[in-house]
Amino acid sequence: MSGHSSSYQPTSRWGKWWDERLPVARMMHGQFVDFPTPRNLNYMWTFGGILMFCLVAQIVTGIVLAMHYQPSDTAAFNSIEHIRRDVNYGWMLRSFHAVGASMFFIAVFLHIFRGLYYGSYKAPREVLWILGVIILLVMMATAFLGYTLPWGQMSFWGVTVITNLFSALDTIWDGLGTGIVEWLWGGYSVSGVTLNRFFSLHYLLPFVLTGVVILHIWALHVAGQNNPTGLDIKQPAETVPMHPYATSKDIVAMFAFLTLFAWFAFFLPDYLGHADNYIEANPLVTPPHIVPEWYFLPFYAILRAFTGSFLGIPLGSYAKLFGVVAMFGSVIILAFAPWLDSSRVRSAKYRPMYRMAFWAFAFTCVALGYLGSKPADGVYVLWAQIFTVLYFAFFLVAMPVLGLIETPRKLPKSINDAVLGSGGHGMPAGATAAPETR
Amino acid sequence: MTSHVEDANRRDFLVVAGNAFAAVGAASLIWPFVQQMNPDASAKALASTEIDLAPVKEGQAITVMWRGKPVFIRNRTKDEIDAAAKVELSELPDREARNDGLSGAEPAVDANRVLKGHENWLVLVGICTHLGCIPKGQSMNDARGDFGGWFCPCHGSHYDTAGRVRKGPAPRNLEVPPYAFISDSKIKIG
Amino acid sequence: MTRPYLAAAALTVALAAAPSQLSASEAGPEIERQTWPYSGITGQFDQAQLQRGFQVYKEVCSSCHGLKRLYFRNLVQPGGPEFPEEGVKALANEWPNQITDGPNDDGQMFDRPAKLSDPIRGPYKNDKEARAAQNGALPPDLTLITKARSVERHAHWTVHPFLMLGDIAKGYQEGGSDYVHALLAGYVDPPADVKVNDGMYYNTAFPGHQLAMPPPLSEGVVTYQDGTPGTVENYSRDVTAFLAWTADPTHDQRKRIGWQVVLYLLVTTALLYLGKKKIWANIKH
Repeated sequence: MSGHSSSYQPTSRWGKWWDERLPVARMMHGQFVDFPTPRNLNYMWTFGGILMFCLVAQIVTGIVLAMHYQPSDTAAFNSIEHIRRDVNYGWMLRSFHAVGASMFFIAVFLHIFRGLYYGSYKAPREVLWILGVIILLVMMATAFLGYTLPWGQMSFWGVTVITNLFSALDTIWDGLGTGIVEWLWGGYSVSGVTLNRFFSLHYLLPFVLTGVVILHIWALHVAGQNNPTGLDIKQPAETVPMHPYATSKDIVAMFAFLTLFAWFAFFLPDYLGHADNYIEANPLVTPPHIVPEWYFLPFYAILRAFTGSFLGIPLGSYAKLFGVVAMFGSVIILAFAPWLDSSRVRSAKYRPMYRMAFWAFAFTCVALGYLGSKPADGVYVLWAQIFTVLYFAFFLVAMPVLGLIETPRKLPKSINDAVLGSGGHGMPAGATAAPETR
Repeated sequence: MTSHVEDANRRDFLVVAGNAFAAVGAASLIWPFVQQMNPDASAKALASTEIDLAPVKEGQAITVMWRGKPVFIRNRTKDEIDAAAKVELSELPDREARNDGLSGAEPAVDANRVLKGHENWLVLVGICTHLGCIPKGQSMNDARGDFGGWFCPCHGSHYDTAGRVRKGPAPRNLEVPPYAFISDSKIKIG
Repeated sequence: MTRPYLAAAALTVALAAAPSQLSASEAGPEIERQTWPYSGITGQFDQAQLQRGFQVYKEVCSSCHGLKRLYFRNLVQPGGPEFPEEGVKALANEWPNQITDGPNDDGQMFDRPAKLSDPIRGPYKNDKEARAAQNGALPPDLTLITKARSVERHAHWTVHPFLMLGDIAKGYQEGGSDYVHALLAGYVDPPADVKVNDGMYYNTAFPGHQLAMPPPLSEGVVTYQDGTPGTVENYSRDVTAFLAWTADPTHDQRKRIGWQVVLYLLVTTALLYLGKKKIWANIKH
């Protein structure tokens, strides 16, 4: 994978036999045992491992649920109840899968915010970062498809509303959007046909996701991990082997995370869901207030911010199209962060103005999440519009401009310098490079 | 890689204990994942079924479902009962009664394949003990094999009028499910 | 350029100062939170209450509402009312809403008495028949009713996140029960300025306040075997608890296992943390 070579020494004859034929153990040893990790990583760097766990847990629980689930419009809702009531430990497995989706998103959001804070998207990690954005998109698609499967009221109307987004393309070329929507549905409305294909895709996408994750880890191990100082590794003494150092930290964080997971899975299995999804889908009755799952709320708020007008600017028949473009754009814009950010300093630790912008951005995301859960009328729309502007301003204004006008704090000479204090504590003297200042 | 850290692999009690705890947790998580594949509560609830035998005349047979399996019920004629009773144990490839209603292994004599006082009624799980096909012989027009009972078309096993294997690759006699008469003409299987 | 964010902060303050504005558009009826035996992270069902609740369902609710996702066998299983099996068999056999089975040997469908493995059917064969019999209103199946209803909080946005964290810490999941109880005990005379439509009844908990279901409970309508006073409040609480169980029959087991898992995870996390400290002891980081 990377230039780092494995120190793997097969100890048994059996190990040696394999090593000469298919050196998987050598590769795993090199990538996950003695791989050099920066010594100064904090707990925000544990989410990679946690996310790997989440992916595996979702796939395993999902495969098991698929043994009992029936993807048909007449049987789906009943089969979920069958799982909850009759299947041995079915209630637990379903809880793990449903709560697991939320936990997956909690972890992925924290992982992304960590990257934004410490500048992990900057060179030489652009490809790593873009792969991450692709992972986020595939995850969102998988979660959306999965939420359809219980075939409750919120499932049904969520699909109806979100798939209808594509009809916005009718304003570009008449019939294009409608054609796409009917193609997605396999009919003239959401139906059992739609459910069947969504189940098929929901089962497929996690494996696509796994593939992209492997590329993501590969890219990570080529560039090496970023670290809280954002400085490059200058000498081996600034690193520790992944095992037992990083792994011992990862597993502490993972178990702490699992405690939260278990709290929801056992005590609050329905807290993150919606009561309307315990009513079987009814194509004749729309729930009074359709909301997506919590992890989509910020994006949903951006979508709905584009009503007939946006902050007083009339949008006319293009309002819907703008909303759709803005919603997808709000994720895709992440991919451009490596080039939007003009600062040469990675870590927000040394960027006072960017740090403020970062926290304002974090607040913006939470605010959008709150607004997404509220009805789209009155003052909520105005606020959603304001925060939508702030959301994009972070990428399109703050990132390019701050790098030009802000004076970074003085950077330490090296990671060791930052960790051990400027004295260096017996570190080799020659290991200095030009400090990264602008 | 080289590292300045000394003795990275030092294990002390805390590390071992922590890892052991984590391993035990991971292992116990397997339990629900294995259990979920066992028959669920709704399947268990259907574990018994009641059948009215009144319409089954002498010489006729019916097939009913019990736990998703076909159960053969034959109202045997006098000749069939006599033929089954005459067979010596030494002639049988499988000498065990295979009757779930009996405790322990009993010899495969005809009396151990039916209920006392209801010798004309033969109740069998209609699944060939070789590889799970359903033997022929329920319908009057079926080939009943060389012994007048049932014949499995898959690999040519012959069963006699007590459902015992007599010829062919089947290793065991047809299973007798647990059942009881709840009235003169009604039985409950399971 | 942090100006947009400063502006955002300023607007935030302004928003905080104008509290009533936001919640004006969503003023549904306020539902009072109740304390249930099964509330929170430690609560478990009260078996006697479930038994009383079933009695209320059987003698009152079942004349219009079914429990089609609940099976007679569930009434016997652990964690529920745990009626004796023989009694439930007899009950199923006498249940007025029989099971449609068939076709028989003549090719006809027929009704037969229910068995333990059969669902607890309501009086109507399908929704259309129900609507026809109920002046167009559909009495919903009650199995999942306490899961299918929730209570929205009308808190100001500045305190809302903290209330949510509080609910998470307490393990609050009883919104549906609170609502069902508030509805059953929420029939009052309409205020003078409200005109109640024909065939409708005024209810404080129901959104819009006009409900097609006549007040189902009145004092003494059910006689409890265990001497619990026959008040509307008691009936409502008991039948709500019963319906909370029908919606979540594995509830007791879930919380019991939940505690074992959470305690195990806390101990293991602590142990792993100590082990991690040991491993990192000689490394400044």
